Amino acid sequence: MDELDKRIINQLQQGFPICEQPYAQVAASLGIPVAELLQRLQSLLDSGVLSRFGPLFHAEQMGGALTLAALQVPESRFEEVSELVNAFPEVAHNYARDHSLNMWFVVATERPEQVAAVLSAIEAKTGLKVLNMPKIREYYVGLQLEA
Amino acid sequence: MLSLDEHILLAVQNGLPICSRPYQAIADELLISEAQLLERLQALRQQGVIKRWGVIVKHRPLGYKANAMIVVNVPDERVVELGKKLSAEPVVNLCYQRPRQGERWPYNLYCMIHGKDRAMVEAHWQRLQQQCGLGDFMSEILFSRRCFKQRGAWYPGGQSLHG
Repeated sequence: MDELDKRIINQLQQGFPICEQPYAQVAASLGIPVAELLQRLQSLLDSGVLSRFGPLFHAEQMGGALTLAALQVPESRFEEVSELVNAFPEVAHNYARDHSLNMWFVVATERPEQVAAVLSAIEAKTGLKVLNMPKIREYYVGLQLEA
Repeated sequence: MLSLDEHILLAVQNGLPICSRPYQAIADELLISEAQLLERLQALRQQGVIKRWGVIVKHRPLGYKANAMIVVNVPDERVVELGKKLSAEPVVNLCYQRPRQGERWPYNLYCMIHGKDRAMVEAHWQRLQQQCGLGDFMSEILFSRRCFKQRGAWYPGGQSLHG
């Protein structure tokens, strides 16, 4: 990845135009030919640096709900519990973290009232108490990761 | 029955094609005009249904190997001010206010910081605590050890579409 790749990534993280020829507009603001931008984007996608570009949805605005939840899992049960939790289709991602609360996952449901049911089902399956930390407010962040 | 907006969101959620008229290509699939698609996408972004429209970057290929969730216990009357300050810092990737969970987990402000390694994240956090005036508040850094599961995009209409 060279300097131009980094500029492309940083520029696109600020947003992508919604207009007839969006790549031409981005290329013009970077001062490069559009063909070069398209070719570089394709190779950044192929190499896995970029996963996709397009929308990031706002779950609540679409009628759904998201929450962050945590479990304190005994080390001896960690693998077993992670399989139980990950088997729920509503669990969108799950991270092991260095803390006594060592499993942190996001639950995404189609309707807000389903969150409580999923969390209770996880408690029933694992026998562990789930801490539920839905967002109260999100503070807007511009650039996600500087390349 | 899905609405036109839901069809549009489904069609764009996996990303735009790389070609000179990407919206035209999606409009053709949906049997609508490019102008109509652009108009609806702009409206969805204005309403906040689409909160961001840009690239989704993977942090590991960029060399960001340490990922930390940092939690802070700040006074409720200052959480908005401090949340705005923290989120304006370039190293902060996400910033949320969440409910405290009693004495065991008294934190109400969460942020994510990615770094090349743990030492770099810790150094960023020390600097941010000073810059944002957070030094007096109780906080913890939770580094990730492993990511077990990372599902892709959000599906509008969700499971009902798939059975």
